[in-house]
Amino acid sequence: MPSPCDFERPQAAGTFRGLWETSMYFLKLILRNALRHKLRTGLTMLGIFVAIVAFGLLRTVVESWFAGAENASSTRLITRNAISLVFPLPITYAERIRRVDGVGRVSHANWFGGVYVSERNFFPQFAVEAGTYFPLYPEYRIAPENMKAFLLDRKGCVVGRKLALQHGFKVGDVVPLRGTIFPGTWEFVVRAIYDGADAKTDTSQFFFHWDYLNETLKKTIPRRANTVGVYIVGIDQPSRAASVSSAIDQMFRNSLAETLTETEKAFQLGFVAMTEAIVAAIQVVSFLVIFIIMAVMANTMAMTARERLSEYATMKALGFGPVRLMALIFGESLAIAFAGAAAGIAATFPVADWFAAKMGTLFPVFGVSRDTVIMQLAAALLVGTVAALFPGLRAARLRIVDGLRNIG
Amino acid sequence: MTSTPIVQIRHLFKSYRRGGQVVPVLHDLSFDIAEGEYLALMGPSGSGKSTLLNLIAGIDKPDSGELRIGGEEISRLSESELADWRATNIGFVFQFYNLMPVLSAFENVELPLLLTGLSRRDRRERVQLALEMVSLVDRMAHYPSELSGGQQQRVAIARAIITDPLLIVADEPTGDLDRVSAAEILGLLERLNRELGKTIVMVTHDQRASERANVIKHLDKGELVESGTDAVAV
Repeated sequence: MPSPCDFERPQAAGTFRGLWETSMYFLKLILRNALRHKLRTGLTMLGIFVAIVAFGLLRTVVESWFAGAENASSTRLITRNAISLVFPLPITYAERIRRVDGVGRVSHANWFGGVYVSERNFFPQFAVEAGTYFPLYPEYRIAPENMKAFLLDRKGCVVGRKLALQHGFKVGDVVPLRGTIFPGTWEFVVRAIYDGADAKTDTSQFFFHWDYLNETLKKTIPRRANTVGVYIVGIDQPSRAASVSSAIDQMFRNSLAETLTETEKAFQLGFVAMTEAIVAAIQVVSFLVIFIIMAVMANTMAMTARERLSEYATMKALGFGPVRLMALIFGESLAIAFAGAAAGIAATFPVADWFAAKMGTLFPVFGVSRDTVIMQLAAALLVGTVAALFPGLRAARLRIVDGLRNIG
Repeated sequence: MTSTPIVQIRHLFKSYRRGGQVVPVLHDLSFDIAEGEYLALMGPSGSGKSTLLNLIAGIDKPDSGELRIGGEEISRLSESELADWRATNIGFVFQFYNLMPVLSAFENVELPLLLTGLSRRDRRERVQLALEMVSLVDRMAHYPSELSGGQQQRVAIARAIITDPLLIVADEPTGDLDRVSAAEILGLLERLNRELGKTIVMVTHDQRASERANVIKHLDKGELVESGTDAVAV
């Protein structure tokens, strides 16, 4: 009778090749174990998929909320009325601000707040001093001939690419806006469409001539004429932001319209702060989603390990140590978590695009960032690891004789 | 059969705690198992025969006493040392086969070899030979669920001998089988003992199974009550 006894007795040894082959064998075992209950694994993966998509989407919403502040320039300051943004500032302040040491270019803008066709079509509209405004925003890319056409047309307007695509605006189109802050129906002719310098640039805005607004107001509501919503102050060096801001505000202290000057980032964050509770709620929900799927996954893995106690005991009896058993359980848990997460991450991009399209210009910059993908992967790693922790420890501590009694 | 003891048991005690009470299972056991011996451990339920088998196999530890196998005092080994020792020295045959359901017959037999430094080619060679011995080469790609109980137990025997262990321990190896399959398995164990000189310790309730062994020991209430040597094989 030939037998394995005819061979030299194998000795436990760890060559690199042997280690590699053993790892491959274990990988096979992990994958087969993961697919043993296809429905259970499939449903768990579906849960992780949904959780990862939801997590990614919510994180993207949070990021978009901060996008304006994140993309703010460090060489732009915003000067507004110290009481509130709704109170205007006199146009006469422009010259005095321009004379402050460290100030380069000064421009101004008014929030228009018009309605295009219906309230659902919200997009930001600003009346701007075109000659000084656009040089302060080099990230808005406009073809020179279109810019020239805009400057020559008192009723002309510039629209962002995203906005143009959303409403089908083309150069030469007439865009009517119903004023809510400034009464009446206002008609503008699209003279230019601007693109962003990069994907993070907001291209959902609408700009027209402040002069057009001001001249109309002189005729209709003279007391509101010659005022601006904010001044945009270009400074030479970002390091001088604090001193320049202070100098501007000092200049208008005790005047009828005191000013508050801050960096563009701080100005944008002020808007975010108004909705801080919503952002916090979204953040909490995004982490809750992960916590819930972690509990579901932990339950799946605990159930799986409980069913396999006799197999773990058998492997231990054959000489497999606790570390190898834990590797099997962690491997299976991580394989399921990462498979679900990979599909989830891949789906986050089209879902985010769909969401952005549905939200219109509510989120001017809405894209899944690299940080979000990294957080999704980290979430999958956390879910897979935590879910395997209890069953892994249970298998590692399992007494062989107890496990062998557990024939399932 | 030689008379060199491969297992030396001296004043072995083992008890369990159940609900705060100490339940003695094995009481001052002392005996030897010779190399090449085929020992059947018999006794009523609760007599301690499976506990004794677990101690000999190194999957449980005695309360006190000496348990020397192949010259090694295994009761003093740590858990990880015991795991390594089992991988090299013990082949297991369980009542319910205990095969990995997601692995084929070939892969199940190969499993213990993963703890060795053997190359894939060497492993394949050994596994094929082991499966030939149990006449299952044609079923090597089959999964346990595609095999009968007898075939599964043959795979388990192939797995038990694949590392050429010092000792094969079999816990009720025919307990879950019909008469024909049981006879096949017993015949196989007998051949392993007779032709390859394998030392086998088998726990059984089955009189027919015990008759295949050349030594029978009866346990009752944790003590050896009777010994039969060189039982007549059926």
